[in-house]
Amino acid sequence: MTTAPHAVRVTGVHKRFAPTGPAVLQGIDLTIRPGEFVCLLGASGCGKSTLLNIMAGLDRPTAGTVEVAGDGAALMFQEAALFPWLTAGQNVDLALRLRRVPRAERRERVAELLEMVHLGGAAGKRVHELSGGMRSRVALARALAQERDVLLMDEPFAALDAITRDLLHDELERVWTATGRTVVFITHNVREAVRLGQRVLLMSSRPGRIVREWDVDVTGERSISAPQVASLALEITDQLREEIRRHAV
Amino acid sequence: MPSDDTTTHTRPASAAPDTDRRTRDESLTSLEAGLDALQTDVHARTGRGRRALRALLPLTISVSLLLLVWEVAFRLGPQDVTRFPPPALVGLTFLRLWDDQTVVTALTTSVERGVVGFLLAALIGTPLGIVVARVRWVRASFGPLITGLQVLPSVAWVPAAVIWFGLSDATVYAVILLGAVPSIINGIVAGVDQVPPLFRRVGLVLGANPVELVRHVILPAALPGYLAGLKQGWAFSWRSLMAAELITVGGDIGFGLGQLLQQGRDLGDMSRIFVGIILVLVVGIAVELLVFAPVERAVMRRRGLATA
Repeated sequence: MTTAPHAVRVTGVHKRFAPTGPAVLQGIDLTIRPGEFVCLLGASGCGKSTLLNIMAGLDRPTAGTVEVAGDGAALMFQEAALFPWLTAGQNVDLALRLRRVPRAERRERVAELLEMVHLGGAAGKRVHELSGGMRSRVALARALAQERDVLLMDEPFAALDAITRDLLHDELERVWTATGRTVVFITHNVREAVRLGQRVLLMSSRPGRIVREWDVDVTGERSISAPQVASLALEITDQLREEIRRHAV
Repeated sequence: MPSDDTTTHTRPASAAPDTDRRTRDESLTSLEAGLDALQTDVHARTGRGRRALRALLPLTISVSLLLLVWEVAFRLGPQDVTRFPPPALVGLTFLRLWDDQTVVTALTTSVERGVVGFLLAALIGTPLGIVVARVRWVRASFGPLITGLQVLPSVAWVPAAVIWFGLSDATVYAVILLGAVPSIINGIVAGVDQVPPLFRRVGLVLGANPVELVRHVILPAALPGYLAGLKQGWAFSWRSLMAAELITVGGDIGFGLGQLLQQGRDLGDMSRIFVGIILVLVVGIAVELLVFAPVERAVMRRRGLATA
């Protein structure tokens, strides 16, 4: 675990894909504390995935800097993006193998990680034999196998049905509490953001900027249908719609 | 099961936090297990024997029909056995050629050449394919040439090969390689091109270096395309081989199916020619059914791309 006061620090990040093209991200400043769960919320095309890719080191900012504690961040993609030629266990194993974890340790680690996401019995299953929710959990286990302090998640549950997504929220919250990871979670679902995040950052589109942030201090358990979650979600939705409306001509 | 969920969430906060968390985790585990069970398909796999039967039966029907049409065509025609022999006569010729070892010699010679040539082509084509697919300037400069080579019928190489290598097996192998290697290279390139960009990104995020990316992500992901390329490579090998054997008769060269065909022509023995054609066809179908189809099916099923 890092002792630095921040897990992720983004300073003055700008991004254009072409030198003369429109700004995708403009003046993003952002500090995320170690162990924090932050949700980045925005309409489609607001550059939130671009920002995440920059944090993950998959893309470079046109200007500005990104510091990520430790050795960089783990990333969980929109689709589970498991390799279909491997079993669930082998998918997790590959993450360990690419980190040069010795073979003797890997077997045990894979079992632990799958157990962590309640898939202890599914190690030998092929990806196509798993349901959408199970695939997401294997992808989560694979991301945890990267052993990075910071876990970036790019709309990981967007394609799941509501029942499964609800359950994965509980699951992710449990894993976050148990592992003490810093989580940056991207979503366009306001309730999901409020359900999960300690802090919700709202991004505007074209150019992508962070326009407002909320601390979510719902005490005790929160579910997607808890009244405090619902009322904050309403407030944020209003603001989000306001942002979208600005683009109407 | 969803009702289980609601009870968890409406549990009064007054309960001891530790027990509360434990029961919550337990109920989450059982809830998840239930949902996993509901969302996982259960389907039985078709047995090997039944599958073989299912593949063989239609083939038997089509072959029988073909023989019937052939027989009828013979009877309705001028019934000139020197130009168009009936199935029974071809069958008798086959038995005669079987008895004097001609069939076995020709088959083993050709199949051995075909297999050795194909394996050599795969051995040469595979690394070349990876390089062409992954190295941009190689692809830009040699890609069109290789596609061009694939279009060029490999028979066109026979005269040159005969002058270089004489009437020897080297000529046959040269022609096979010139026919099969380009199609195997193109198969790999096509397979690599079809790898979803997302897989590469996952590989990079997991920390793969360029070699590991090829080894653990790109090659396995490209396997179906590679197999299709190998299959085409075999077809090109076999065709090139027949062309080469047909043209190059005598010298040090062994007696294969192509030479059997040429012999039929020299002797004016139409039944012998038909035996040759049928054997060439049977080998092609057998390799497809017994080698490529099972491998392809296994790969596809493993990835959930084919059922049963």
